[in-house]
This record gives sequence, structure tokens and C-alpha cells, in this order.
Amino acid sequence: MSMNQLMPALPEIVLACTCMTLLMLGVFRGDSSTRSVSWISVLALVVVGVVLTSVQSGRMVAFGGQFIVDDFGHFMKWLIIIGSSLAIIMSINFNEQERIARFEYPVLILFATLGMFMMVSANDLISLYVGLELQSLALYVVAAFRRDSLKSSEAGLKYFVLGALSSGMLLYGCSLIYGFAGTTSFEGLATLFKGLGGTGPSVGLVVGLVFLIAGLAFKISAVPFHMWTPDVYEGAPTPVTAFFAVAPKIAAIALFIRVLTGPFGVLIAEWQQVIILISIASMVLGALAAIWQDNIKRLLAYSSIGHMGYALIGLAAGTEAGVRGILVYMAIYLAMNVGTFCCVLAMRRTGRMVEGISDLAGLSRNQPMLALALAILMFSMAGIPPLAGFFGKLYIFLAAIESGLYALAIVGVLASVIGAYYYLRIIKVMYFDEPAEAFDRTISGEVKVILVGMTLFVTFFIIRPDIIVGGAGTAARMLLAG
Amino acid sequence: MSDFPILSLVTFLPLVGALAILIIRGDDEVVARNARATALWTSLITFFLSLMLWTGFDRKSAAFQFVEKNPWIESFGINYHMGVDGISVLFVLLSTLLTPICVLASWDAIKVRVREYMIAFLVLETLMVGMFCALDFVLFYIFFEGVLIPMFLIIGVWGGQRRVYAAFKFFLYTLTGSVLMLLAILAIYLHAGTTDLPTLLKYALPSNIQYWLWLAFFASFAVKVPMWPVHTWLPDAHVEAPTAGSVILAGVLLKMGAYGFLRFSVPMLPVATDFFTPMVFTLSIIAVIYTSLVALVQLDMKKLIAYSSVAHMGFVTLGIFTLNQQGVTGAIYQMLSHGIVSAALFLCVGVIYDRMHTREIARYGGLAERMPVYAFFFMVFMLASVGLPGTSGFVGEILVLVGLFQVSTWAATLAATGVILGAAYMLWLYRRVIFGKLTKDDLKSIMDMNRREVAVFTPLLVLTILMGVYPGPFLEIIEVSVANLVDQHKSAMAAVEALSVVGR
Repeated sequence: MSMNQLMPALPEIVLACTCMTLLMLGVFRGDSSTRSVSWISVLALVVVGVVLTSVQSGRMVAFGGQFIVDDFGHFMKWLIIIGSSLAIIMSINFNEQERIARFEYPVLILFATLGMFMMVSANDLISLYVGLELQSLALYVVAAFRRDSLKSSEAGLKYFVLGALSSGMLLYGCSLIYGFAGTTSFEGLATLFKGLGGTGPSVGLVVGLVFLIAGLAFKISAVPFHMWTPDVYEGAPTPVTAFFAVAPKIAAIALFIRVLTGPFGVLIAEWQQVIILISIASMVLGALAAIWQDNIKRLLAYSSIGHMGYALIGLAAGTEAGVRGILVYMAIYLAMNVGTFCCVLAMRRTGRMVEGISDLAGLSRNQPMLALALAILMFSMAGIPPLAGFFGKLYIFLAAIESGLYALAIVGVLASVIGAYYYLRIIKVMYFDEPAEAFDRTISGEVKVILVGMTLFVTFFIIRPDIIVGGAGTAARMLLAG
Repeated sequence: MSDFPILSLVTFLPLVGALAILIIRGDDEVVARNARATALWTSLITFFLSLMLWTGFDRKSAAFQFVEKNPWIESFGINYHMGVDGISVLFVLLSTLLTPICVLASWDAIKVRVREYMIAFLVLETLMVGMFCALDFVLFYIFFEGVLIPMFLIIGVWGGQRRVYAAFKFFLYTLTGSVLMLLAILAIYLHAGTTDLPTLLKYALPSNIQYWLWLAFFASFAVKVPMWPVHTWLPDAHVEAPTAGSVILAGVLLKMGAYGFLRFSVPMLPVATDFFTPMVFTLSIIAVIYTSLVALVQLDMKKLIAYSSVAHMGFVTLGIFTLNQQGVTGAIYQMLSHGIVSAALFLCVGVIYDRMHTREIARYGGLAERMPVYAFFFMVFMLASVGLPGTSGFVGEILVLVGLFQVSTWAATLAATGVILGAAYMLWLYRRVIFGKLTKDDLKSIMDMNRREVAVFTPLLVLTILMGVYPGPFLEIIEVSVANLVDQHKSAMAAVEALSVVGR
């Protein structure tokens, strides 16, 4: 294999080498090196980002068709880099305060990131599975990272058992597809389906596809495969939750898009109804179930279930506009969630984390700026203009209407009104209620910077939406042209 | 002068003021004092700037004026497009006039979190003005719905006993309507390929989809107006909101719905407008009569005025859907008049509420003895609300009724009873609060209006009388644009009819 073949995978190679180097560094230097390992990890991610940008853009296939890079992948990888590096930065002080600072944490995040990169670039059912498992195994460990806590261990275990089940389903789906199609390569599958003409695929293929969708739906925590989400969100340490809420979802939805619009693109009639169903169920359940939550992390879990429902609307449309909508949505989703979790990190009273929504009472008087930031993020999550969240929904619904999915769009907007209720409830608690005891002001400088950055992004997205929307448009066009 | 961005300046200057307030430092007292002053000055400067619109407006033209157009979301061809015509320009002025009045009215009444309060009002002004100026659908929607954020906070933070309930009800009601409109906007965009308003106004959408689009718009605007039976959020919001919140709510926010009808439903969806006119008439007449009767039995002053607002807005929707020159002009005039008069009436309630901390009608009586100045102001606004000739209320009502008679005698007759009922509840309210013997002990030491309060009311009083006695300058601005609107509707309908004749 010539060097040219390796070039497209250069970011992944750099990342993999860094992971192993850092692992060794950590092992030899012990836990005292946690801080430096963390910062080097962040630096490494930045370097990977630079490499990613400098690697020739355009569509390229490597490793005998197993691996693909294109603008779509670039866009998603950038989001993953941002999500992962912010999750590491957010964890540094938190882990020290909670006495769980270990060097494995950033390394595991890096491994998960590598897995996500593989997922985004998968062009074959085998590489899809390899990427997914690399990501998942790292995630199972970080979910249970606070080993002494019952809740965290439970979260890790739950995530592992259910995750293994879903991986099994996915693998079973892949094997069915391979059995009935005779190939695992996306290109091969695409040619095969295009050649089917009017006859339609065999039942085995459709069943395989359904299993594949079920496995992926688990990873983005779409209803009815969402059960693990609230428990894992609640049990995992907060920076881990922030990471779970963002990067793996972006990777999984990228994979979802690539599989369904790529090889299975011509079979849209077979999978569109499944996606519509999952989408509606996620939006409605996400909106309704969140109303009764008292714990902010559980609430955010249901909120993310709902958000995935909206993203899936774009997938159900199955068009370029739909994919672009999802990309914009995920970018904004990333900013809103990271910002919100920064606020959750600030919820600390007499040295301990508090997670009740009622603990936020009267925050607008104790810490007006923190309350303002959280309020902006909540209004944005509810999709109220002029904040970024509105634009995310705008492009998604545009795609839905363009594809004639009127009923889905109407259900979507009505669910967003129900969803607005619980976001407003947080604002109500912060602004209308009498102040509770103030939080400790131990929020670290890094977290503050991230919070301010995300809030500014959400607020000022309106001024030049084209920066994101344009990039997303190019990425979507390339994906569907290829 | 032609490319001086006056509209953007008027729109975003309050936002600059809000930012300035945000960075004020010092202890609470200093912050409060500076916040008040900054808010007042910002809103006053904005108002004087907006007067340039009045002087510079070309009254002979129905086209959009002071137009600004800059690329914004280029991948979708969406522009930052601002401009005003005869229909919208006066609402811009109404918004810029009422904001400093609100700031002044809250000078002493708001004691906690003054900084946030003033920021909320300035942001609200930006959004209101922007909404009336926006000439792009997406831009309009952003302003239209953005209003919910500051208003939610104003009701929720500085409101009365049941403020949380009222704030949520207000927010969720209006949001439900708006999101449906968003879908309609997107559908129009996909159909016409643009969200640019002047282009869309000339674009003929196919009749078969007009009905659905019209209903989606109706869902949004009817809640905002509010029309019966989706008006129930309004009394709650009004009762719980602080005085200035009610003023803005009644003065400007209610006009957003009716403005939406005028700007979008009528010109863009002529066939559906024609089809649904009987429904609008029915709902409006129910609103006029039913809510007037409800107003009669209210025990709370603010609630009474809130219901009277619903009745008055019923007149407005009646006027708009007459689709003739008198009716539509009357509707706009009625909106302006109501914007000033109802705002003043809420301020009147605020004056005695600040003193007695109750809005219960039964707790008052005989105020004329201790508060003659107050009684005078209240009387003028009360009579304007009734529609006494010589006040602004009369001009709007008579024009609407004249327009309505040409379309439907029955509708006009029924609507006219609303005027009588209006006189009944307003006069009765006045009698119970102002006249009679001053017997209640706690009223015996009540003070008359101070200078600041007089300053608040004077401009409103002058305008009320001026608009009643000399409506010419105002009508002159409205006329051409309305004529254009009515003509367009007629020719659109004629085209459709011609088409259906050919089809036969």
C-alpha cells in the first residue's frame, strides 16, 4: 500500500498514535500526569483538526473502499473534535474536585473520538461495526468512571448491557444484509439496489435494514430505544454526560445519514416510515416525559431524546435539504448542550454537586450572569427566535415541507410547543422563584470561557448564519452527489 | 439622506441602550437610577429619531419607503430587508412613543431588579419596531416571535399573584399559533422561491393551497389579536402584568395580529380571505358583543379594560375584512386609537394601583373629590374608549361601521350594539370609581397625580384629542397604501373569477 492510500486517513492515524503515546505517558508517570495528559489531549485534537483541514478535500476512498473521506465527514469530524475537546476541558477541574482525576479519562475520550471518526468515515458494514465498537467500549468505561459511586457503576453497567444488545442487533442486521446481498461494501450495496429496478428488495434485506436501524437508533437514543438515556445521564459524572450528549450522538447520526442516504438511498420507501415513526415518538416522548423531571440531568436526557427526534425529521426527508438541516441542527445542538452542561457544572453547593431543578431557584439574583446564560440557552433549546435553536428547527422543517411530510412537520412544531414548557420551567425557577441558597463560586476559568463562548454563539448565530449553513450545504451536496 | 439607515437605527438603538444598561456597575441603588435614566434617554432619542419617519414619509406613494436591503442568509436568498408603508409607519411611531411612556410609568412602581426590567423593555422595543419594519418573512417571524421572550419575563418577574400561570399561558398560547405560521411561511418559500415581501405581494399563490396557508396564519394572528374564542390568555396576562407591561401588551402587541392580517393574509391569500370572511365576521361580532357583556360584570378594573380590548379589536378585524377603503382605513385608525387610549386606561389603573395596591372596583369610589386632575384624565380616555365624537375612538369606529354597512347590514347592526355596550361598561366603571361619595377611609388621604404622572399622560391626551378633531394628517398617511391594498385585492379576485369562467 502506497503512502497515498494512507493520506486520507492521516487525521485518524495521528489520533491513534497520540492515544497510545499518551497512554504510555500516563502509565509511566502515574495519576500526577492527569492534568498534562488532559491538555495534551486537547492539543492533539486541535492538531488533528488542523490535519483534517489540510488534508486535500473532496471525495476520496481508501483501504480498498472501506474508508471514505468527504466534506460531509469533515463537517461531522469537526463537530466531534469540538465536542470531545470541550468535554475534556470541562472535566479537568471537575474530576479533581470529585477526586476522580485519572489520566485514563482523556485517553479514553480520545479513543472514543477515534472510534467516532471511523464511524463517520465508514464505507463498509465491517468498518462501520469496528468504529462503533471502538467508540462504545471507551464510552462504557467512562460512564462508570466514578467507580466508588453506585449510581455511576449502575450507569456504566446499564449502558454496557443495553449497548451490547444493540450492537448485537446491529451486527445481526449487517449479517442479514450481507447474506442477502452478498457484499458488505456500501458501493456494492448501492449498485445492487439500483439494479433491482421495480422488483424491490427481498424480505431478508428489509429485516436486516430494520435491525441496522434499531442498532443505530439506540446509539442516538431515539424512542423506543431510549430507555438507557436518563439513567446513564444521571449516573455518569457531569462532564461525561456532557460528552455523551454531544459527540457520540453526532457520530451516530452521521453514520445513520451515511448508511440510509448512501447504499440504502434508493430504498427510501422501505425505511422512511420507520424513521418517521421513530422521529415522532422521540419528539413526543421527549417533550412529555421531561415535564415531570426534577433532576436537571434527567431533564436534559429527555431533551436530547426530543432533539434527536427533530434531527431525524431531516433524515426522513432523505434529501439534500434534509441532510443540510441535520448538519446545521447538530452544530447548534452541540453549542447549546455544551453550554448547558457548563451551567450544570456550576451547580455546586458546599462542595457537592446538586442536580435538582429546584436548586436553581432565584439564580437570577444570586448569579445574574449565569442565569442569563442558562436562560438564553433554554430559550434557544425551545427554538425561540432570534436564538440559534430556532434556525436549527427552521432548516429541518423546511426540508420536511419540501419533501411533503406535512403531518410530520405539524407534529414536530406542536411537540416543540410542549417542549417549550419545560425549558420555560427552568427559566421560571431561575427568574420567578424566591432565591435558594447561593452556589459555590468554584466554577473554573476554562468552564467559564466555554460557557461564554457557547452562549455568544447561540445569541449571535443570527448575524451570519451562512458560516455554518453554507458549510453544511456543501457537505450535504457532496454526500448525496456521491 | 436616501440611504441613511433610519429604520435600522430606530430598531436597534434600544438594543444598544440595553447593552449599556447591562454593563452598569455599582450598588443596587446606583444601578437602578442609571438604568432608569439610560432607558428613558434611549427611548426618547429613539422616539425623536422615529419622528423623521413622520416628516420624511412620502404620503403620495403606496410603495415601501426608507427601504434597506442587505444580504443576510445568502444560501437561501433571505435578505435583511426593512421598509415601511402607510400601513406600518404609524405603528412604528406608536411603539416608539409608548416605550418612553412605559419607562416613565415604571419609574417608581418598579423597585426590584430595575436593571433587568429596563433591559427587557428596550429589547421589547427593538423587537416591536423591527416587526413592523421587516419586509422579509423570516425576518418578520424572528421579530414577531422574539417578542415572547421579554414579555414572558416582564409578566413573570414583575407581575402579580398568579404571574407564573399568566406568563406560561401567554407564552404557550402565542407560540402554538406562531409555529403553525412558521410552517406556512416555509411552504410559501418553497412555492415562490423567496421570502421577500414586496415580491410575494405580487406573487399569485394557487387557490387550492391558499386555504391551508390562510388557516395557519389565522392560527397565529387570531391568538395575537386576540379573537374569540382564543382570547382567554389576554385577561390573565393583563391582570398579572405590571402596568407598563399591560400598556405595551394592549398598545402594541395586540396590533401585531391585526397587522399580520393586513400585511400577509389579505394581500397574499385573496381567495382564501374572501372565503373565510364570513367566519371572521362571525367571530368578531361574537367578540364584540360577548366580551362587552363579560366586561360589564368584571370586578377587577384591569380585567374590565382587557375585555374591552378584545371587543375593540373585534372592530378592527371587522374593519380589515370589509376589504373596502373605509373599513380598512377605519381598522388601522381604530388600532392606533386603541393603542393610545387603552394604554392610557391601563396607566390610569396603574396610578391608583400604585397608591392603593388593589384593582378591585368596589374598593374605590368618589375619587373625584381628592383627585380632580386624575378624574379629568381618566374621563377623557374613558370617553375616547367609548368612541365619543371629538376623540380618536370615534373616527375609527365610524369608519369601520361605514365600511361594514356596505358589506353587510346585519354585521354592522350587530357591531353597533357593541358600541352601546361599550358605553355602558365604561361609563359604569367611571361612575363607580370616580363619582359618588368618598366614604372609604383609606381613600381619604389619597394624593392626586404628581408631575411625573401628568407628564406621562399629557402626550397621550393631546394625541387622543388631536386624532379625534383633526384626523387628516393621519388618514393622509394611511390612505394611499390602503387604496393600493384594496385595489390589489379586487384585481386578484377579478383575475380568479375570470379564470373560473374560462374553466367552465
